[in-house]
Amino acid sequence: MSLNYLTPEFKVLRDYDRCINCKVCMRQCANEVHSYDEDLDKMIADDYKCVNCQRCVVMCPTHALTIIKHPQVFRENANWTYDAIRDIYRQAETGGVLLSAMGNDRPYPIYWDKMVINASQVTNPSIDPLREPMELKIFIGRKPDKIELDENLNVKTKMPPQLKLNFPIMFSAMSYGSISYNAHASLARAAKELGIYYNTGEGGLHKDFRKYGENTIVQVASGRFGVDREYLKTAAAVEIKIGQGAKPGIGGHLPGEKVSEDISETRMIPVGSDAISPAPHHDIYSIEDLSQLIYSLKEATDYKKPVGVKIAAVNNVAAIASGIARAGADYIAIDGFRGGTGAAPKRIRDNVGIPIEFAIASVDSRLRSEGIRHTISLVAAGSIRNSADIIKAIALGADAVYIGSAALIAIGCHMCQQCNTGKCNWGIATQDPNLVKRLNPEIGYKRLINLITAWGHEIQEMLGGMGINDIESLKGNRLMLRGIGMTQKELDILGILAAGE
Amino acid sequence: MKTIDAQDMHYKDLNEIIKELVKSGEDVINLKNVNGQRYIGDNLNGKTKINIEGTPGNDLAAFMDGLTIEVFGNGQDAIGNTMNDGSIIIHGHVGDVVGYGMRGGTMYIENDAGYRVGIHMKQYKDKIPAIIIGGTPGDFFGEYMAGGCMIVLNLKNKKDIVGEYCGTGMHGGVIYLRGDVEDYKLGKEVIKEDATDDDLKVISKYVKNFSSYFDYDFDKIMNHKFIKLHPAGSRPYEKLYA
Repeated sequence: MSLNYLTPEFKVLRDYDRCINCKVCMRQCANEVHSYDEDLDKMIADDYKCVNCQRCVVMCPTHALTIIKHPQVFRENANWTYDAIRDIYRQAETGGVLLSAMGNDRPYPIYWDKMVINASQVTNPSIDPLREPMELKIFIGRKPDKIELDENLNVKTKMPPQLKLNFPIMFSAMSYGSISYNAHASLARAAKELGIYYNTGEGGLHKDFRKYGENTIVQVASGRFGVDREYLKTAAAVEIKIGQGAKPGIGGHLPGEKVSEDISETRMIPVGSDAISPAPHHDIYSIEDLSQLIYSLKEATDYKKPVGVKIAAVNNVAAIASGIARAGADYIAIDGFRGGTGAAPKRIRDNVGIPIEFAIASVDSRLRSEGIRHTISLVAAGSIRNSADIIKAIALGADAVYIGSAALIAIGCHMCQQCNTGKCNWGIATQDPNLVKRLNPEIGYKRLINLITAWGHEIQEMLGGMGINDIESLKGNRLMLRGIGMTQKELDILGILAAGE
Repeated sequence: MKTIDAQDMHYKDLNEIIKELVKSGEDVINLKNVNGQRYIGDNLNGKTKINIEGTPGNDLAAFMDGLTIEVFGNGQDAIGNTMNDGSIIIHGHVGDVVGYGMRGGTMYIENDAGYRVGIHMKQYKDKIPAIIIGGTPGDFFGEYMAGGCMIVLNLKNKKDIVGEYCGTGMHGGVIYLRGDVEDYKLGKEVIKEDATDDDLKVISKYVKNFSSYFDYDFDKIMNHKFIKLHPAGSRPYEKLYA
């Protein structure tokens, strides 16, 4: 074997005054960083294996551990960065496509952080949500062209199927396989308690979670894993997955080693077999074909459930969204280029797609200009980090948002971006039973409820500040936003004015 | 037995009637003058037999879980999409993307099939889907095939028994061809071998049904060399990533 040129990314600092050789770090690390040296009678660490997930740091009873970025540097070079050089070493060593996980971590502009939110002063008084009604409820689904009332003023119009959300937030599609049983258990239960929805992703629905069906969106992707009568019957809505923000235009691939007995049963494929989702649905090569599958699913669910379509945000997203609306979908989920993933080729994750902020604005504008905005709901995804991002997404034109990474962080993810290795020390992105049990769904679901409840309060406060008492009244209300540090072109695409205008 | 004249009916109305009849346990439904109505048999389960005269539209038997559908005419695209169980018999040709993601049940097609047949067909435990084609299929036959069994009989002895890119990305299941195929047409994941005695037993089982459905001489069909295509492994892209 040739020499491995890679040097460690992180350095494990151990305070030997504090270390009591209890070996907790050793037992906690699936990457086998820590070990006990009998001759020296002390714990030692192999920096090479550390991914900086901080499990050992948190678990160490004497707080003896710190992980730092390794101080070893290459000669300073603005062009040949540390990552650029390391990636070449890895590929020269293996000949493989570089894999990465979670969302795009490159320093692209984050437009959420270049937008600020309005508030009332003197005129149009602000509302105090602690003492006055403040509506966060929204409905996902196609709205009729007009509402007709009978003589008693009851609504005569038959409403298309709707999902009712107590918060404009849903848990994004993450398959059983990419994340663990306990992670799914946490998400499903939290969704039920909160009155929102979680999404199975494309890996089927575990039989234990059928009881959460009323709060479950199931996905139908190109691999069709786990899609059967029971699956469609159990769900509250069905989502056709065309693409994902972290890897637009390419398929999914759950490696055979992760296809355990349980996952095999849920996906309905043999144990150990690769679960390959082809890049396109090979029955969908056009909007007409997409419409065919939408109506196939509507027929299958007796027109009683919304059928949505999830796509990645790409250059032509506005035109595609218009096609999806006309194809008969009840909602469209758009995933921006910072959207997370359990595994994606690094170059694709980091270079393909467009920011969700632009996608929301251009899709909303396009659908409005065509007079079809009401025919479809718009769910925005792709790195929603806090309640302010949600306010901004809705003001730009979204009906609701999907959160994935944020939900995982709530249950313990430390963003080490190694989901693809299956060695998640936090029990989230792994199928190793010894690791999975570290995530307690009893605690996990409560943390998710806390997060969404807290965000709900913050959204209410911000709405109240703007003098708005209903989240629906914020939708597409771009006058509530101003831009800072953007070009005129960027402001025009977002449809907002500059701060001070 | 119930007979429905589908002349000028919208698929939604037609399927509503069919759904009710299937739910009520009707044993046989005869559909007359079917002309392109989509989604017949979509997501239905039960033991009903549906006889179709005319040409049913796309997505016939999508998500179907049981039932027998016999078409006295040609079929169109996407028949048996994600089908879980049941049986489909087509007295004619079929279009593209037939048996996409099919997980169970059987489909017998008397004549030719279009492109992309049996894409991502899969199997799980005792559920092994099968598609038997009396004629020949087009390109991309069995692409991404992950399980199940497909048989091409080429009864008219055409020069090309399958189109190009046959079995590209195949990582499960088996394809039997009554006749040989040039290597250049096969995906690189595919291994070509002569059918063994065990294989012939499997083939016979399906060909017996085929012969009886379409009135062919079983021995005549079987008296021919069969070859077998199967994937080199269930992990085609194992070494792709760093």
